[in-house]
Amino acid sequence: MTMQPILVIALNTFRENLRDKILYNLLFFAVLLMGASVLLADLTIMEHHKIIKDMGLAAINLGGVMIATFVGIGLVSKEIERRTVYTIMARPISRAQFILGKYLGLVITLSVNVVVMMAVFLGTMLLYRVPVQMALFQAVELIFVEVLLVTALALFFSTFTSSSLSAIMTIGMYVIGHLTTDMKGFAQNSQSEAIMAFVTGLYYLCPNLESLNIKGQAATGIPVTLTYQALATGYGLLYATILVVSACAIFRKRDF
Amino acid sequence: MNVIRVDNLTKSFKSGWPGRPPVTALDGLSLMVTHGEIFGFLGPNGAGKTTTLKILMGLMRSDSGTVEIFGQPAGNVAVRKRIGFLPESPYFYDYLTAGEFLTFYGQLAGLDRSTLKGRVSQLLDLVGLLDAEHRQLRKFSKGMLQRVGLAQAIIHDPELVVLDEPMSGLDPLGRKQVRDLILGLREQGKTVFFSSHIIPDVEMICDRVGIVMKGKLLAAGRVDELVGYSHTQSVEIVWEGVSPARMGSVQKIATHILQRGMRALAVVPGQHQVDDVVTMIRSHGGRLVSVTPQKRSLEELFLREAKKPEIFNEAVGA
Repeated sequence: MTMQPILVIALNTFRENLRDKILYNLLFFAVLLMGASVLLADLTIMEHHKIIKDMGLAAINLGGVMIATFVGIGLVSKEIERRTVYTIMARPISRAQFILGKYLGLVITLSVNVVVMMAVFLGTMLLYRVPVQMALFQAVELIFVEVLLVTALALFFSTFTSSSLSAIMTIGMYVIGHLTTDMKGFAQNSQSEAIMAFVTGLYYLCPNLESLNIKGQAATGIPVTLTYQALATGYGLLYATILVVSACAIFRKRDF
Repeated sequence: MNVIRVDNLTKSFKSGWPGRPPVTALDGLSLMVTHGEIFGFLGPNGAGKTTTLKILMGLMRSDSGTVEIFGQPAGNVAVRKRIGFLPESPYFYDYLTAGEFLTFYGQLAGLDRSTLKGRVSQLLDLVGLLDAEHRQLRKFSKGMLQRVGLAQAIIHDPELVVLDEPMSGLDPLGRKQVRDLILGLREQGKTVFFSSHIIPDVEMICDRVGIVMKGKLLAAGRVDELVGYSHTQSVEIVWEGVSPARMGSVQKIATHILQRGMRALAVVPGQHQVDDVVTMIRSHGGRLVSVTPQKRSLEELFLREAKKPEIFNEAVGA
């Protein structure tokens, strides 16, 4: 598989994102949230630094997930609904190359977005003399992995449903993904074997997004071990890869 | 040499309601398109034209039958380098400028930047959009979009150009521009396969025509062969100086007679009755004005095929 068509699609997707108003609205919202952290810190008596760090990390996380979801759901379904896919697929490009290009394009957008937000976050911390610790970078790295996974979820759903259904499913999976630990506990305490089997199945099927969430710990300045960092990153990337490969397989079978 | 070979193609779609039979879009359609010709694929809306084109381009899979382009199965990625395609009522990335748009499609076709630079300007000039190179497509009219769409179809200089309803929705000037462009492609030795339901456009520029209805190819061949075959052409005779009422035999032969002042017109069913009528006109002292064979148009053939009982019954669901 040659990379050239993938890069052409990716750069065009990135250009599309840059010219899309939704991206700037979401980015503005995230930066506003970060600004609010300063206001909130001023209003509290203690833990000014922790609030700035908490809110900053939450803003990067929320901004990334929102862009991944609301741009990701239209990555493929919008191409089919608007029939732009007809002329693209008439070119010497395989369907897998198209899917990979679309995914890579949004990943480039998200990388730029996370870097911009991280710069604003660091600027805010330096302005308010909040110590910058290694744990913050670890948290942002895992936020980025989570965003890659959510993008893959949105892409996966958008290969076989409409944009609105993709949005519902992606948000649903995101919420479930943060409740998997609770789900396991619920399954263990259930009296019904059927419910236990169903919830346990769901636990293993849904992504465990809580394993990528170390924001609370990072805000207090406690880093996670490098082994945990590597395992969580590997888990997130493997899950995203499986979703992207599945998206390619589904897209190959589609009629337009 | 065959560029396109379609053999016994079938395709049906689920009706969307459980229990209802599937809708047949293509029902054993077969056709051939040879190198260097303009082939018009003519049919009413819903006849199966777009479905055939989508299968040709690998956008859709057939239920059965074979489709080959340049000897390779439809959907073969490598063969697409040799094909240009413009879908019906195309929608393009409207955030791109015309120049960016053509560059993007050229890059997808594997052209390098240096080749593309000249090619983009050349094509924009060809379709009359050089002034709009830096304008976003969202500010284009429908006719401009159709023209830039045609430019993307031929950006990589393909051997085969497949166009789905390329003149649909265009004003007379736009239609002429598209027709000229298609004729220009033939002059360059390209093969053009295009679908349309606008009969005069097909009749005017196509070397061969295929008429499709209800998913079946009803007739295919040269336009003059199709409109001339199996039916005798009628002939229109105009004369002056003698009233048809005085020529009893003419009234028996002619299918239509018309008189305006000193001038009369008679339509006779075939060439062999012409001599009899002309002799009669002269013997009665009349003066022959004109003898015009009535050439049947593709439209008449098209309408006749559509009115055939089996087609009509299928269309009304009888």
